[in-house]
Amino acid sequence: MKLLRLVPDNTNFRFLRWRHIAMGISILSIIASLVLVGVRGLNLGVDFVGGQMIQVTFDKVAEAPVAELREDIEALNLGESTIQRFGQPNQVSVRMRLAGDNTDEVNAVTQRVTSMITKEYAAQGARIDGVDSVSGKVSEELLTTGVYSLVFAMIAIAVYIWFRFEWQFGVAALFALFHDVAITFGFFALTQLEFNLNIIAALLTIIGYSLNDTIVVFDRVRENLRKYRKMDMISLLDLSTNETLARTVMTSLTMLIALLALLLIGPGVIFGFTAAMTLGLFVGCYSSIYMANPILVWLGVGPHSFVPQQTEADKAEAKLKEGL
Amino acid sequence: MLDFPRWKTISISLILAFGVLMAIPSLLPAGAAKYYPSFLPQETINLGLDLSGGSHILLEGDPRDVAAQRLQNMEETVRAAMRSAKPRIGIGDISREGGKLSFLVRDVSQVDAARELILPLTSGAGLTGQRDWDIEVRDTSRIVLTPTEAGLTQALDQAMETATEVVRKRIDEMGTREPTIIRQGDNRIVVQVPGLDDPQALKDLLGQTAELEFKLVDQTASPEDIAAGRAPVGSEIVPYPTNPAGGTPIAVRRLGGIRGDKLTNAQASFDPQTNEPVVSITFDRDGGARFARLTQENVNKPFAIILDGEVLSAPNINEPILGGSAQISGSFTTESANQLAIALRSGALPVELKVVEERSVGPDLGAESIQLGLIAGAVGTIAVLVFMVLTYGRFGVYADIALVLNILLILGVMALMNATLTLPGIAGFVLTIGAAVDANVLINERIREERKNGRRIIQAIEVGYTEASRAIFDANITNVIAAVLLFLFGSGPVRGFAVVLMIGIVTSVWTAVYVTRMFVALWLKRDRPRELNI
Repeated sequence: MKLLRLVPDNTNFRFLRWRHIAMGISILSIIASLVLVGVRGLNLGVDFVGGQMIQVTFDKVAEAPVAELREDIEALNLGESTIQRFGQPNQVSVRMRLAGDNTDEVNAVTQRVTSMITKEYAAQGARIDGVDSVSGKVSEELLTTGVYSLVFAMIAIAVYIWFRFEWQFGVAALFALFHDVAITFGFFALTQLEFNLNIIAALLTIIGYSLNDTIVVFDRVRENLRKYRKMDMISLLDLSTNETLARTVMTSLTMLIALLALLLIGPGVIFGFTAAMTLGLFVGCYSSIYMANPILVWLGVGPHSFVPQQTEADKAEAKLKEGL
Repeated sequence: MLDFPRWKTISISLILAFGVLMAIPSLLPAGAAKYYPSFLPQETINLGLDLSGGSHILLEGDPRDVAAQRLQNMEETVRAAMRSAKPRIGIGDISREGGKLSFLVRDVSQVDAARELILPLTSGAGLTGQRDWDIEVRDTSRIVLTPTEAGLTQALDQAMETATEVVRKRIDEMGTREPTIIRQGDNRIVVQVPGLDDPQALKDLLGQTAELEFKLVDQTASPEDIAAGRAPVGSEIVPYPTNPAGGTPIAVRRLGGIRGDKLTNAQASFDPQTNEPVVSITFDRDGGARFARLTQENVNKPFAIILDGEVLSAPNINEPILGGSAQISGSFTTESANQLAIALRSGALPVELKVVEERSVGPDLGAESIQLGLIAGAVGTIAVLVFMVLTYGRFGVYADIALVLNILLILGVMALMNATLTLPGIAGFVLTIGAAVDANVLINERIREERKNGRRIIQAIEVGYTEASRAIFDANITNVIAAVLLFLFGSGPVRGFAVVLMIGIVTSVWTAVYVTRMFVALWLKRDRPRELNI
């Protein structure tokens, strides 16, 4: 059987030739993302700003009557509300700010909206699919713990890499992760997809995933640094990237297949989650090659970085080999 | 590579067999469960509320509420103690300002006696030997009781403990199946009820403190005073929304009433005369005696039935009620009467609970999510399986077998731990499949590379496995770090995701590295291939 080969053997792309341009692009996109977040803001879900979200499915129609619904809800005079489609075209979510931390008031608001919808839209087969209400206090806590988990994860991972490799590798990985997270934030600011607790999970997964790539390349860099002591750093990084290219493409492609399945036919509730991860797949791949590697060069990683680890026994063995 | 010891083959097979066996109960369709032999493991994976439908409600008690209640109780206890002291100790100018109880002892010579009487009313709190109240004498005749930090903490803890019990009783009374009720942190309770049709009823029930009081109506208060919110001395003004006289509040005597915690039973029923829904209550012995005395002493006067600070009704006492049972009326519907009966039976909440977070998922959406999630997961997995075989041939088949075993293993471990599968958890599955595939890709690419560099078959495979394992290990440790942090900081569905990820990473690496290696070793030993098509 002739096997499929996506990446030909012995590729020799000079990836790092474009490192200055790539770094410029990376920095620009990080800045653009941060600006986007600052200007457009994130479409924070009830998890992080508090409020309530009511999910409605209209069983008997193909498309949810969003405009009508908006008018009807505004007529209830319950303050600002956002109505959005999610998942199927006949599913919408209605989001509102909480009237306050007063439980009775919140319940009353929920009841007024849900009873209005089930009554007025009975002909369209309206069905209340879920209610999420989160008080201001809890949402603040969720936001803090979410931010904490992101920051701690990045630091913990960087420290781990520092121990397993060298400090320069830890720093490079940290920058690559920062890049991935920033771009994902920018993506959410741009698309205004709802940013909720699930997205924090997606971000952490992106971090883990991007790191997979980074570590595979780093591992090869370390191996090659020991093998080719005289090669200049740029060529060595290019070589390592090329050697792992087949794996990078294969893994990314299989992940992409799995994620696309979830994205296209999976439940609408996790659309944002899978969209974030699909984006992270590309961003993580890019940052491993074009963020992590150049930083290694600039931090002065070279064959000497790993010299102290060569033991006497290794030297003896090396001499023996030379003799052969 | 050729000498793959037999004990390794056997132990790997045993672990796999165990994992698959554990996974079976979760995979059986609901109807088939009864044909499943009972000597085999029965544990199944729980479905998260986002898949099964149901409600997650986070309740919070206010520590200030507990402190205020405690202060009020202390005042009543102190008053009673001073009154029943021999000789009686006269006190006055009682205030609860600033969270402290302070009062004047009228006769300076009795200050020490009063102090002696109060001391046993306080008790030790915490581990430091601190007491729950500090007692001070100021300006020779004023006694000030200040609650200590330890005392407040202890009171809050007890209140939440009791509240959790009450919540459990109430939910059990509702007849819901498999509720989860857990205390969380200092002052919170998590309630999870799967497959609930009407979360509103549950919230109403839990939101009700159900503190029932019977107090005499103060008839000396003029309507003008009440309207201005001025209560006569010793009375307080309580709202009365269903007052026949236009919903105006009324004044009631603060002391000398009865609390509804002295009940043995409460039932919803109908008033035989008006046919209105009412709640019949039965007092315990002590409560019954006090109720009899209250009604005997106040015939032809109105008394107020107060629930959670609102008057339900204020009937006239036509004759003494001696039987120890009574009927509460107050514009109930059948439902609200039933709810109040449940709440009274399970006892009053020692602290008012607020719903600070609610997540309800309708059963239809849950079913839809699980269906779409499974389809998407299956499509993704099959596509990946096919892709692997196309790319790596025989090695792809091995990787695929390992992948399927891995999925079963994850299910098995989850069932063993009674873990919960949530919607993000299904996505987590897809990711671990990604991790497993990545491990195999790393190994196979390395073998290809080593072959290309001219190594012999067995050597190439050997080097491929050892060299790739290092990167696989490092890469997955970092994933575990992310998953652990997710688990620690996440909540609800996100935690479900982290659980799948943690279990999945371990089993993925194990199946991808060891199990495929076993297959390859057995193949090499049997066929001794001369060519390696990879």
